[in-house]
Amino acid sequence: MGILEVKDVNKNFGGLKALSNVNLSVAENSVHAIIGPNGAGKSTLLNCLVGKLIPDTGSVMFDGQSVLGRKPHEINQMGISRVFQTPEIFGDLTVFENVMIPCFAKRDGEFRLHAVEGMMNEAEIVEEAERMLIDVNMIDKRHAHSASLSRGDKRRLEMAMCLVQQPKLLLLDEPTAGMARADTNNTIDLLKEIRDKRDITMAIIEHDMHVVFSLAERITVLAQGTPLVEDVPENIKGHPKVQEAYLGEAA
Amino acid sequence: MFGLNKKDSTLLLIVAGLVLLAPFLLNPFPEGSAMAQFNAGYPDLMQRFVIFGIFAIGFNILFGLTGYLSFGHAAFLGVGSYAAMWMFKLFGMNVLPALALSILMSGLFAVVIGYVSLRRSGIYFSILTLAFAMMSYALAYSVLAADMDGPDQQGLLQKGLTGGETGLQLTLDDPRILGQQTAGDGNLPVPSLFGLEMRSASELNVGDWVFTFSAGYYFSAIVMLLSFYLSIRIFRSPFGLVLRSIKSNQQRLSYTGMNPKPYMLAAFVISGMYAGLAGGLMAAMDPLAGPERMFWTASGEVVLMTILGGVGTLIGPVLGAGAIKYMENILSKINSDILHSWFAFLPDGLEDFVVTLIYPFIGKGWHLTLGIIFMLVVIFLPGGLVEGGQRIARAMRRKKQTASDDDTKAKQPAE
Repeated sequence: MGILEVKDVNKNFGGLKALSNVNLSVAENSVHAIIGPNGAGKSTLLNCLVGKLIPDTGSVMFDGQSVLGRKPHEINQMGISRVFQTPEIFGDLTVFENVMIPCFAKRDGEFRLHAVEGMMNEAEIVEEAERMLIDVNMIDKRHAHSASLSRGDKRRLEMAMCLVQQPKLLLLDEPTAGMARADTNNTIDLLKEIRDKRDITMAIIEHDMHVVFSLAERITVLAQGTPLVEDVPENIKGHPKVQEAYLGEAA
Repeated sequence: MFGLNKKDSTLLLIVAGLVLLAPFLLNPFPEGSAMAQFNAGYPDLMQRFVIFGIFAIGFNILFGLTGYLSFGHAAFLGVGSYAAMWMFKLFGMNVLPALALSILMSGLFAVVIGYVSLRRSGIYFSILTLAFAMMSYALAYSVLAADMDGPDQQGLLQKGLTGGETGLQLTLDDPRILGQQTAGDGNLPVPSLFGLEMRSASELNVGDWVFTFSAGYYFSAIVMLLSFYLSIRIFRSPFGLVLRSIKSNQQRLSYTGMNPKPYMLAAFVISGMYAGLAGGLMAAMDPLAGPERMFWTASGEVVLMTILGGVGTLIGPVLGAGAIKYMENILSKINSDILHSWFAFLPDGLEDFVVTLIYPFIGKGWHLTLGIIFMLVVIFLPGGLVEGGQRIARAMRRKKQTASDDDTKAKQPAE
């Protein structure tokens, strides 16, 4: 029984079958990659996991509880954090403030009216945020305006914002999309470090095979809304069905 | 100090100093001189400065921090005024319970209006708040002004809850169960703070200068300083940080485990209560409340004040409120005779020409001046008057630095 169990999920947009009978099980403390060609339904599946979309049928269980019908912030409070395809950070705030917000969310829950307490009384939060920034090597940029960061640093910051919540499951939506080779390799190193240092489960949606094969312990291949195969990376590489899905029938 | 860092404490002290010394600072010209009409140090106008300052400070908590532009904040101003008036009519002339009811009632209104309006964002939110404010205006103007006493009776509700077009006024028949029904001299009693009448004032004559110290102004000023202090605390609190993150990226916030809705509603209600407090103070300074206080132009004015001063800055809204109220009251008083007397030194033809040129911008035309200044600020100083101040300060610092650099260069021994 995995930490995340997706059973018989179907999702239609009008006449388009985005997901049909998707079953997926992500084991605790593993790195699970979901790959597939464009339009395979990877992002739709991810959106069903975080509460942005609700599947037409089927169930999504996380840690023994259903996530269906819950709002994104409720699902986050259950222990799922999400990294977006383009880094979503608070661009108007400083790097340090960006990391403080998830610290508050973790401590105070979805709402708390702490309207007159000064930040000087929040030593624990400040310390926690500082430790996180040291972990991701961004402490020297703590006062920088986060919109002015490079793309790689924005990704790093977003990752820090997710990790500081100590989520049980980290969902990554194409974490290296649109990155230069060097940035991609940095991100891979960062993710490896996270995997080795922390008790965390990761589910990665990725296009880049280099990233997938350097990180994943298990891989699910999606094509046209259905899972084709699920196996360890060594067996996926040469799998005929996978080559067919990626290269077309003729190959 | 008071849980603020050094920079914020300094700002608070400067504002406190300016506000408390305002009767001197705003009266720089001696009485009877040609420039005396630019004096703004009379109680009526100074009260307006601080009261609209409170209104704008509260508006800025919503607009400046969360970026949600409410176009109906005057509704809360009106609700606050009516609530204070009813307190004066029913219980007595003490201003403290009146202000308490103003804040409470506007808070309740804000919960209802905010709950509905915050279902949408952006322009739709603005339109919803505008619609609510105009409905409140229509209610106050006609529906709630109908005779609710019954046709044969001449009671409290003869002119309804709001008094309609003429507004809600005090009468000698009001019960005022906890205070006096009439003042000692048989006239209407006036709002007071435990016996200190709001309209009482003392004058100080120094040479040609006359400085007026009004109880009403100092009371409003202290309330304004408290509101300003509270707004600094809100800006610097974790709650303020979350509000700024809503403005920055609401999607990220909800994927970070926080529910933006209650935060928005709390900000909306807090800023509505500030508006109610301002409305209550207006009624306390001049016990009369009319529906025009809720009209959309009043809502637009506070938007202008905040943007002119600097959205999202602490002191900006207060500056903006001061600037607009100063223009409204001083520019509008200049007429063509005054212009002629200013330019009398010019040859006749030229004098008329200059007066004709300037005339559209004064008197009733002060809105034209306001519009031009507003446009210039928005185009060249998007951060408002505060940004202007910062730029000047930076330029001065740079000048100083280059000067000191020159000094050190000069002191270096020649090789």
